[in-house]
Amino acid sequence: MNIHEYQAKQLLAQFGVAVPPGAVAFTPEQAVYVATELGGSRWAVKAQIHAGARGKAGGIKLCSHYKEIRQAAHDLLGKRLVTAQTGPEGQPVQRVYVEVASPFEREFYLGYVLDRKTERVRVIASRHGGMEIEEIVKSDPNAVIQVIVEPAVGLQAFQAREIAFELGLNIKQVARAATTILGAYRAFRDCDALMLEINPLVLTADDKIIALDAKMSFDDNALFRRHNIAAMYDASQQDPREAQAAEHNLNYIGLEGDIGCIVNGAGLAMATMDMIKHAGGNPANFLDVGGGASPERVATAFRLVLSDEKVKSVLVNIFAGINRCDWVAQGVVQACKETEINVPLVVRLAGTNVEAGRKIIKESGIPIISAETLGEAAAKAVAASRTGGVGVKAAGAH
Amino acid sequence: MSILIDEKTPILVQGITSEKATFHTKEMIAAGSKVVAGVTPGKGGQTHCGVPVFNTVKDAVKNTGATTSITFVAPAFAADAIMEAADAGIRLVCSITDGIPAQDMMRVKRYLMRYPKERRTMLVGPNCAGIISPGKAMLGIMPPHIYMRGSVGLISRSGTLGYEAASQMKALGIGITTSVGIGGDPINGSSFMDHLALFAEDDETEAVLMIGEIGGPQEAEAAAWIKSNMSKPVVGFVAGLTAPKGRRMGHAGAIISAAGDSAAEKAEIMRSYGLTVAPSPAEFGSTMAQVLAQSHARRISA
Repeated sequence: MNIHEYQAKQLLAQFGVAVPPGAVAFTPEQAVYVATELGGSRWAVKAQIHAGARGKAGGIKLCSHYKEIRQAAHDLLGKRLVTAQTGPEGQPVQRVYVEVASPFEREFYLGYVLDRKTERVRVIASRHGGMEIEEIVKSDPNAVIQVIVEPAVGLQAFQAREIAFELGLNIKQVARAATTILGAYRAFRDCDALMLEINPLVLTADDKIIALDAKMSFDDNALFRRHNIAAMYDASQQDPREAQAAEHNLNYIGLEGDIGCIVNGAGLAMATMDMIKHAGGNPANFLDVGGGASPERVATAFRLVLSDEKVKSVLVNIFAGINRCDWVAQGVVQACKETEINVPLVVRLAGTNVEAGRKIIKESGIPIISAETLGEAAAKAVAASRTGGVGVKAAGAH
Repeated sequence: MSILIDEKTPILVQGITSEKATFHTKEMIAAGSKVVAGVTPGKGGQTHCGVPVFNTVKDAVKNTGATTSITFVAPAFAADAIMEAADAGIRLVCSITDGIPAQDMMRVKRYLMRYPKERRTMLVGPNCAGIISPGKAMLGIMPPHIYMRGSVGLISRSGTLGYEAASQMKALGIGITTSVGIGGDPINGSSFMDHLALFAEDDETEAVLMIGEIGGPQEAEAAAWIKSNMSKPVVGFVAGLTAPKGRRMGHAGAIISAAGDSAAEKAEIMRSYGLTVAPSPAEFGSTMAQVLAQSHARRISA
């Protein structure tokens, strides 16, 4: 799960990381009001979306008057901001962050990631801040400092000092930087983050170390014990169908193609998409109905997949282990009766109770195209998406 | 032979009294597994599924000699259950649980390293379907009837895609020595490489099918290991050719976030190290049949 910049900064501040004074606003009037409360004479009005590269995309505006703040907030709010990190449709801006703009001397990069290779937390820092870490690695690999954290004891003060000295700071600055580096690590650990990026981290003329931008993403699997993080969820930043799927504990990801997929198991779901591509078609979505694919879940999955207007045929591929094919078949039949399915439907069942499942489908009288193997199912779904064919509701026998 | 488990392996079920564990314990027993004990804190002294239940893994090990465990424990308590088993001297733990926090798994992996190599616990999973040595024993939640005893080792991240592969092979008369699901989490217990090493040593295993997916370095590491250590043929596949970058595809670990993470890159790495890559997920069985035929032909001519 991702959160907004202002939320990440509020979190980091609780762990002793210095951030510029700022406040969130939902309207241009609020933006002006919070600026008067914050004081100062220069402000940054920053669009809050779950994506980076906002500066270059015009999502961050520097202002010297309240009038400019009002205008900046007016220009950003209610629009969709397209950056190098969003899709072509961009992300909706529903809130802006008004921050006192602080002058600084130098910019650094500071990041934390749960690294799959070492299976530990990796701290990454660089003398070059303000640009993407991938760019820094390419342009000056020697300027990238990496430290691996021993999970049994956590990040140590000496490691934080080593990083700070490597950044070229003097001893007074090092003490403050170490506080920041250790504080951000504790925020990462205590909030079950997977990624934390402070870019840039800046040094001011009076030797302060400040997080000018912050980005955090969290482990969905740990949200059950991080209620404060879970409460920061912003559905507006997610694809509406994906948000709806999440409410039903289904895993859905919208794609560009026209063949809807309903599959049990993430690996088989990916393989089914691959198979559709191999057969010459394009999947419209990834959808894992999970282990306990009850009739209700299958019906919900149908509604989700069919709400995508691009979909020209639907492929249901279930390999039942814990699941039973007869339950899934009941779900399919129920969904066909409740939902208007105007596109051809291909169903492939395999595994536990497969015969009973196929019988239920056959005896339902609904014009479902059956397939026995994965290859056959994909080929039939691709063919059906091209020729059109019969929607199950239109010709249904009920 | 088989790897990891057979009909003599004494098995303990952690969390045995839950509805889900009860169902799968019965299935495992029916598939030939020697289940000797269960553990549910607070239910020690009861009998469940015909085996004694203990409060702690230590008690269960002391009284029954269990060496292997399967954990049916909710995500919040799963890491604790794995560490309890390791501390009690269990040699092989299979964790079915989907949804364990990644930082918990990081600590579990560190905890397992406390023990010297001779007595270190091997963890399979989490977020996996488990292990089956067809006709001998099952330590997992798969439908046993789709597997046939034979000479191919199977290692898969995904449960259902592993089923798909097993049933495609069965349809062609190709059986399995042992099938291992290593799970879809970003930080998991044992890797492809750990099980490849076991299959390399197993007399009965003639060839191995490894099915990976997008995300993480394990498939590439395994391919490099095969090149320099394995003389048996290996068929590979990586699911997620159509997966977009930066999106988590169901499994917590299935995300393309770094160079080398994508399915196309991993498949290319596999090919470069001499693996035969199945052209599509509908051709696991046929690809393996070809590889086995070539391997037999080579053996006859040699």
